[in-house]
Amino acid sequence: MSQTKRLQSGGRIDRSKPLTFTFNGQSLQGYEGDTLASALLANGISLVSRSFKLHRPRGIMGAGAECPNSLVQVGRGAGTIPNLRATQTELYQGLEANSVNCWPSVKFDVNAVTGLFSPLLPAGFYYKTFKWPKSWWDKVYEPRIRKAAGFGKAPTEPDPDRYDKKNRHCDVLIVGAGPAGLAAALEAGRRGARVILCDEQNEFGGSLLANRQYLDGKPGIEWAKTAVAELESLEEVTLLARTTAFGHYHHGFVSLLERVTDHMGLTSPDGRPRQRQWRVRANQVVLATGAIERPLVFCNNDRPGIMPASAVSTYINRYGVRPGQRAVVFTNNDSAYQTALDLNDHGIDVAAIVDVRPESDSVLVDRARKEEIPIYGGYAVVDTRGGQHVSGVKVMRLNGRGDGVYGEIHHLDCDLVASSGGWNPVIHLHSHPGGTMRYDESIASFVPDQAVGNTYNAGACNGNFALGGCITEGLSAGATAAAGVGFGSEDIEGEAPATGKQQESPLRPMWRVPSRKAIPRAPKQFIDVQNDQTSADVYLAVREGYRSIEHIKRYTAMGFGTDQGKLGNINGAGIAAEALGEDIAKVGTTTFRPAYTPVTMGAFAGRELGPERFHAVRKTPMHKWHVDHGALFENVGDWKRPWYYPKPGESMREALDRESYQTRHAVGVLDASTLGKIDVRGPDAAEFLNRVYTSGWKTMEVGKARYGIMLSEDGMIMDDGVSARIAEDHYHMTTTTGGAARVLGHLEEYLQTEWPELQVYLTSTTDQWAAISLAGPHARDVVAKVVSGVDLSGGAFPFMTWRDCEAAGVPARLFRISFSGELGFEINVQANYGQYVWDAVWEAGQEYGITPYGTETMHILRAEKGFIIAGQDTDGSVNPMDFGMHGLLSKKKDYIGRRSLSRPDAMREDREQFVGLVTLEDPKEIIPEGAQLVEEPNANEAPKPVPLHGYVTSSYYSSTLGHSIALAMVKRGRERMDDVLYSPQADGRVIQCRITSPVFYDPKGERQNV
Amino acid sequence: MLHIKCPWCGWRDESEFGYGGEAHIERPKDPDSVSDAEWADYLFFGSNRRGDFRERWVHSAGCRRWFNAVRDTTTYEFKAFYRMGEEPPGGEQ
Ligand SMILES: [Zn+2]
Repeated sequence: MSQTKRLQSGGRIDRSKPLTFTFNGQSLQGYEGDTLASALLANGISLVSRSFKLHRPRGIMGAGAECPNSLVQVGRGAGTIPNLRATQTELYQGLEANSVNCWPSVKFDVNAVTGLFSPLLPAGFYYKTFKWPKSWWDKVYEPRIRKAAGFGKAPTEPDPDRYDKKNRHCDVLIVGAGPAGLAAALEAGRRGARVILCDEQNEFGGSLLANRQYLDGKPGIEWAKTAVAELESLEEVTLLARTTAFGHYHHGFVSLLERVTDHMGLTSPDGRPRQRQWRVRANQVVLATGAIERPLVFCNNDRPGIMPASAVSTYINRYGVRPGQRAVVFTNNDSAYQTALDLNDHGIDVAAIVDVRPESDSVLVDRARKEEIPIYGGYAVVDTRGGQHVSGVKVMRLNGRGDGVYGEIHHLDCDLVASSGGWNPVIHLHSHPGGTMRYDESIASFVPDQAVGNTYNAGACNGNFALGGCITEGLSAGATAAAGVGFGSEDIEGEAPATGKQQESPLRPMWRVPSRKAIPRAPKQFIDVQNDQTSADVYLAVREGYRSIEHIKRYTAMGFGTDQGKLGNINGAGIAAEALGEDIAKVGTTTFRPAYTPVTMGAFAGRELGPERFHAVRKTPMHKWHVDHGALFENVGDWKRPWYYPKPGESMREALDRESYQTRHAVGVLDASTLGKIDVRGPDAAEFLNRVYTSGWKTMEVGKARYGIMLSEDGMIMDDGVSARIAEDHYHMTTTTGGAARVLGHLEEYLQTEWPELQVYLTSTTDQWAAISLAGPHARDVVAKVVSGVDLSGGAFPFMTWRDCEAAGVPARLFRISFSGELGFEINVQANYGQYVWDAVWEAGQEYGITPYGTETMHILRAEKGFIIAGQDTDGSVNPMDFGMHGLLSKKKDYIGRRSLSRPDAMREDREQFVGLVTLEDPKEIIPEGAQLVEEPNANEAPKPVPLHGYVTSSYYSSTLGHSIALAMVKRGRERMDDVLYSPQADGRVIQCRITSPVFYDPKGERQNV
Repeated sequence: MLHIKCPWCGWRDESEFGYGGEAHIERPKDPDSVSDAEWADYLFFGSNRRGDFRERWVHSAGCRRWFNAVRDTTTYEFKAFYRMGEEPPGGEQ
């Protein structure tokens, strides 16, 4: 009983290569060349899914990218892919597919039977949901949607396949290898232009694969084959089948998705990439993307067995499938007559052609008459019947205006309805970069108007549906594009093949087929069958006051599905125009955005997977030592920095207490290599620093160092650090670890754009120096054992100075600086010597109980001293006065950001100011960083909003002090010492705290000056 | 992904560049001589032109040079690229 609906012969399938596959657990057969959809139809299966909202049965509808219904889950395990369109899934041996969005099965769906779901999802669902209480979302919608409407399952294991990315330049990119695209490729390729021709199908030929039109007296596909053979022989032409151009951006940049091995199995064979993303920069872009037939919108038009006429022809001609036994063709134009002839020629009974046009006269109509197919001119299908498949239609006479039906109801039995409401050019790629469109009355659809850049539309996507016209336009576009890159003139050199007579009679635009009842009471007329969006929904949206098509789309969710409204959106615009009483040309369409069809995450990720490859990781020269000594790491910018060094069995708190105790009482060593370093040189270096730092720098002598803060021009703190004068015209500047790149960019910008007269040269030297920071009472003892050539005594080498020296025999710079409040030194050596000198320091420190410490202890030590970390305690909205840094603001010169400090907002008296906090009830409780501070003790019960008085920026447990400490920004904080504030927590607790000075330890700074 | 011509390096992809907003907005030579309103105008307000717009770019992942460009903000078409200090093409805007 296999493939009972397969025609005896014909089609582009290989009957000698049967393939076995399963659908919802049932084992079936198809042939090589089938899609999953055509193979299912060949087995008499059309019911494949349930609609999103109403859970109505839905069948295979289209034959390509436009199909809204045929979503399946393919495979299982790590390689499973949700929501593939069966119409675009090539069949392979062993393919395993399952329906999505139906429970317990596609044939018996609980939600459809009970109607449980639909009342909760009216039109406007998305808009209204956000207006309803949040609790409804958590408790009502989300669980139901997850259970009932889940579109497929994401794999839970890592993807077993590889994905690639490729960058290419070309002269001419041609999208679509139908008649127009092939003609364009021939014209441009023969002239020697570098051409890329891509097409989403497995074979080139486009419409010629699925119709029976003739070129030069032979089937059109023969012409296509010859064209492809010639293109293959051209050296500069690249042909990409199974490749979708999914995004068209500015200046000829087009993203392509090539499905390299999707058609070979669930996972890729022989290590080839599964998919490849091509990032093409094309000088000229020719779009030959074709057209998609739009169905007519009539009552109960969503039943399985109701399909666009062209899809019916495709299944017959291309796949050798009999999509029904007895068909009704319903149309407003000539093209569906070809479908009637295709059906008739393959022995499928055509019950009637129902044509909304009272009269029509053309070659195709004539042929249908000659074949004695009954034609109902001036009639319409007003309703359908059926259960899980269409079983018949009701046909009535249309009135002259096309807005009502009357007379006798004709009941026609059928199991297939082929409908055509005209054709919509695929203008997606034209529109992506901003190409405009206009309404073309002759085809009742939108066509490209002004293209952006060197983009040309050719063939059906340009509104030209006749085969001969497509080819001529393709040749012309190919010539223009080639000429645009210097290959010949814009005159066509190639010859177009001869086509048959193609006289047509005009279509009769019809967005909504009238029914016997007014819209709210009439059976549902579906516009978007995936989302169950109907003409009544559009009328409701208009009644509720929505005028713009963009708003109507969002209100109704029209085109929100995975198909993005490829079948329904133009009908939706037409029906909106009707409801608004406006011209569709004025209503327009919604915006077309990439991606044209869904793209897998893998194709975007490419090979940049995992923490190692997704983003650069920077490690210091001593990284391995830290690993060997048990360090845990934290990310600071791109850097891995040792966080703390737990000993076996030690908790984090115990490790921090130990590191901090040893540093305050003996000596600690910190890898400070990640700190940003910029080498500043030139005759104007001093003047430059004077302009970028808030304090004065010109008077600082060689051999000295100074702490400085930099502001943005808006007066807010941008970064801070210590800079040292190496020579008259030479400074060594340091920045925060995370701010290095930003500071360098900031300095370069001012040098190049505002002060080009300054002779200053900047070099990033962050990676060139290894920095070993020593802190603690024994720091000098350790340094003395390692460093030679410096008198280390406090008198000869005071705080905030630096000296050239040797460390372990290596040229070094020794800085006397401190970020912990202890006696501190920093040894800088060329990075390649970093580990060597670190080892020497480590060795020398043993007798003094040296301990390595990480960023967490560094943070605790500096917070005890009230030192800020730019980027943690500052956030781009705080100025130096907020931090009490008035002493660092020079009054003798201008500097970046100075003028902003006298703006009224900067002078406001109620600004938040930097303070310390200690907790009251439990002195060891750590207030979470980011916690808000209020004056109201019962903030959770108090009327909202509760006025905010500040927030916590840093918070730690200080073992040195025996209690927790926090740094915070508090309104008028400096005048509120000892005030009590409250910090309400998400879990309902309220933490009581008292405002203190931010300097908790050694407020006179005696420890670092010994 | 715009295609941008660095006046020093030639045509490169947008991902190599940083955007610097409107061009030819000069920092007041003597900030003390301008009013709060004028300073705020310098800091926060651009002309936000529709059509040809002079703007700054920096070749961050290349030569790190700042330069100017004229770009049509409706079509994104670049009309010109020119170096810092050079006269903008097309005269007054
Ligand atoms: Zn450059």
